[in-house]
Amino acid sequence: MNFSEIFKQSNQLCRISPDGRYLATCVQYRLVVRDVNSLQILHLYTCLDQIVHMEWSSDSLFILCAMYKRGLVQVWSLEQPDWHCKIDEGSIGLVSSRWSPDGRHILNTTEFHLRVTVWSLCTKAVSYIKYPKACQKGIDFSRDGSYMALAERRDCKDYVSVFVCEDWHLLRHFETETQDLAGLEWSPNGCVLAVWDSCLEYKVLLYSLDGRLLSSFSAYEWSLGIKSLAWSPSSQFLAIGSFDEKVRILNHITWKKITEFEHPATICSPKTVVYKEVEKRPALSIQDLSSHSVSSGCPLLAVQSKYEISQPPFQIPVVKPDLDRANPKVGVSSLAFSADGRYLATKNDNMASVVWVWNMQKMSLEAVLEQTAAVRCFQWDPRRPRLALCTGTPRLYLWSPAGSVSVQVPSEGGFQVHALSWHSNGDSLVLIGKEHLCLCYMDTEDKSTDSNIWTK
Amino acid sequence: MPESALEHQNTAGSAVVYRMSPLGHFSQSEAPSLSGHRSPFVLTSFCTEDNVLECRSYINQEVSSLGLRAVWTPTDGPAELNVVAVLNSLYELIQLHRQGLRALDDMEVERQRSASNTELLQLSNTRLKGQLELSKRENTSLLEKERQLQLKVKNLQSCLKNEKEEVQRLQNIIASRASQYNHDMKRKEREFGKLKERLNQLLVDKKEKKQAMEVLNYVERADGKRSMWKTGRTEARHEGEVYRTLLSDYDARQRELVLENSEQRKVLQQMKRDMVSLLRGSKPARREETPGDPQTQGDSEDSEEVFESSCVDAREKLTNSIRLKWRKLKSHMERLDSQASLVQAGEGAEPDAVPLETHGQEMERLKLEIQQCKDFIHSQQQLLQQRLTSPCEEEEAAAIPPGSPMQGEGGRPGERGRLGEDWRALEEQRTHFEKERKTFTEAAIRLSHERMMFEEDRATWLKHQFLHWTPFTDQNQPEMTEGEQEAASVFSPECLPGSPSPETSSSPRCQALQTQSTADPYRSLPPSPESSHSPTQPITINGCIGELPIGSSGGTATVRTQLTS
Repeated sequence: MNFSEIFKQSNQLCRISPDGRYLATCVQYRLVVRDVNSLQILHLYTCLDQIVHMEWSSDSLFILCAMYKRGLVQVWSLEQPDWHCKIDEGSIGLVSSRWSPDGRHILNTTEFHLRVTVWSLCTKAVSYIKYPKACQKGIDFSRDGSYMALAERRDCKDYVSVFVCEDWHLLRHFETETQDLAGLEWSPNGCVLAVWDSCLEYKVLLYSLDGRLLSSFSAYEWSLGIKSLAWSPSSQFLAIGSFDEKVRILNHITWKKITEFEHPATICSPKTVVYKEVEKRPALSIQDLSSHSVSSGCPLLAVQSKYEISQPPFQIPVVKPDLDRANPKVGVSSLAFSADGRYLATKNDNMASVVWVWNMQKMSLEAVLEQTAAVRCFQWDPRRPRLALCTGTPRLYLWSPAGSVSVQVPSEGGFQVHALSWHSNGDSLVLIGKEHLCLCYMDTEDKSTDSNIWTK
Repeated sequence: MPESALEHQNTAGSAVVYRMSPLGHFSQSEAPSLSGHRSPFVLTSFCTEDNVLECRSYINQEVSSLGLRAVWTPTDGPAELNVVAVLNSLYELIQLHRQGLRALDDMEVERQRSASNTELLQLSNTRLKGQLELSKRENTSLLEKERQLQLKVKNLQSCLKNEKEEVQRLQNIIASRASQYNHDMKRKEREFGKLKERLNQLLVDKKEKKQAMEVLNYVERADGKRSMWKTGRTEARHEGEVYRTLLSDYDARQRELVLENSEQRKVLQQMKRDMVSLLRGSKPARREETPGDPQTQGDSEDSEEVFESSCVDAREKLTNSIRLKWRKLKSHMERLDSQASLVQAGEGAEPDAVPLETHGQEMERLKLEIQQCKDFIHSQQQLLQQRLTSPCEEEEAAAIPPGSPMQGEGGRPGERGRLGEDWRALEEQRTHFEKERKTFTEAAIRLSHERMMFEEDRATWLKHQFLHWTPFTDQNQPEMTEGEQEAASVFSPECLPGSPSPETSSSPRCQALQTQSTADPYRSLPPSPESSHSPTQPITINGCIGELPIGSSGGTATVRTQLTS
């Protein structure tokens, strides 16, 4: 495992291009494009204001930089560095900006979600979509990029509009039976649209591509409902994480619950492997502790850690949330299926430092990873069943069915990993800190050394 | 007067009897009459002219014992009665009697009173008992009611607790919902406020910046196509695309399901076949199965035929037949179980049922047998090993007791030196045996030749004898004596010279055995024409076992057995 040097970034805007060749980062108002392998700066663009949002187009030819305060979107081209494009939303304001799947249209959402403007880079045509809903996830594109589902709200009723991305033709427009639609997501095969209600009501509605209601699922009434939702890559399962600390799996044939995954505070099953992160503080004498070394975060003081396998029964530290406040820190907030659909990683907010890995073939708990700090981000490798997670410490944690490993990110300035993102070929990771970023290259040739460090 | 006295005797009969007892003969004579129960109205005389004096003295005694004045005192004449005294005593007696009667009446009254009292008490007792019973029953019923009520109370309390918990939970839910609503409300209000500000700003702000896009030049579409006008055809195309996507998805799913279905059906049919074979195999004599089986066989064939069309009927038939078979199998298993339990209980087992107990015992027994056999084989192997490593000990042992040559004294594994010596001796013996074998074979060949010659000679001699047969054959008799010992055995003399030599041709090891066995051939020779060919058979001596001519098979057998025991 190799680590690159630390680079500066701002707003955690670091994206690898979809074709995997470039890494784009934003530093204040500059956009830096590097080559992924050599990390050489290939292009440098300057925007008019601090970049708040940055996105690659699907063909990796253009980059969109949005500056919400100024209401500006600037588009840069990689092929032609001289080419420029600027979209000024004017007094109508800008709240969000994104690419369309064909990489030639930009969808800007105005302030107060008044409308969505579809700007085209190919023609002078501009389209407007009225009454978009301001919710957790109001727009979703199907995986093949042919359709867009948009949540709308008018007259205190929720609607879903399905557009054909080719020419923004409104395909279907139907009302949904939700109280307050919180989000929608296409299934990976593009045939089913899952629509879920806000947390005040547990309801998932499943619509077919042509707008027919296939099924509705509601696990319970009154208590706080759905917190997160994820489709399995084969579209076979729909995992719903809710505030009652459970994940319910629905099957795509009957849309009924086939199993429930609980997150109890005590794990007794002997088949589950529990990895507990254990910190090893280095022993230092007083002479070593000079004020300089302490302030600069000398690597000597870096706390090493490793995984230890704990024996059942295993107690998980639970933090009781304050239920009087809105959006309490309880329930399953993150769900992610591995690329082959065999594993599901979940995180329960009461037990923020624990990641649960479920085996979807056996429908049982495969592994539990307990960290010393709250888990901030986890993501599956796009190619193989390998999970990378970070907890805001200068360490990267990897889990695979072979075992798990804790890797220290070599840095001098105390680089804390706040977020991470995999390269599309699964061979490298972008580790994003508060103000810095680092690339981690996985060893693909020498697997044996890797296996030595795995804790199994 | 005695009669009047006797009138009252029946009322106090028993008391009078006891008083009369001291006077033996009187009591006995008076007893039947004075019993009172039997003859109350017969008055017998107590005093007659003969026994006046005795009566008088008796009366005196009695009266004095009662504490009254004496009837007669000796001062009065001997044969006279003091009338005054008598009358007085009589009067006193009457008084006493009256008193007694009064007392009796009183007691009678008393008794009746007490009887009525007891009756009253009894009545009240029964009444009270009844009341007690009643009250006890009431008590138990009340206790029962109380218990039930307590149960109810407990239930109600638990219900109350549940309800309270439910209420608490609902209150929590309401609280969280309320906080969520409030939060959303505040958020919306903030947004509303921003909107209002914006609106104000826009109204105030004269210059309105319009939306605009500046671009250096328009770029091509990613797929290189030109954008198209929105016409009905494009719309239709889009619709078509949608349905095509959906249909292809359904097709794929259908194919998967059909595959799964066929696999499941195969599994079910396999299961059915297995179940049928199981049921058939365990119950060969069951009649009621056979009508069912051809039917189900027919079903399975039907279902296989319509497999492709997979109509509902065939599916149902298959599942029904599976269910039927499964039920039969279950009942069969239950029957077996019950039989096994019956056998355990000591009752007779059915012949075709295999009770678990005896099965287990059989297993144990077989295991034991196997273990024993294994041990035996092991010990045999050990002995064989020992035999091979120490033949000299056996030889020595064979030399001393002819009957028990193989006691296994030789070849103690610990004594290596001795073992080496034994090996060397064995080698010597082996070479010696080889040599002897060679000589013996030569001798045997010679012997066979000699025998042939002898045969010829004998034949010619016999011929000569028959041709020159005379009653006077004395000179031949000594030659025939030994042969005549055998019963009609013509060939025995030939064995005489023949048998010792093969026997001596055996290994010297068998020397001691020869003493025992040499006699045998003489006795146990069966007259067989084949023995004429026996001299021609090569005598091969393999190591320790000597193949002797058939003529001396008995001896061979004995020798062999002794060699190999």
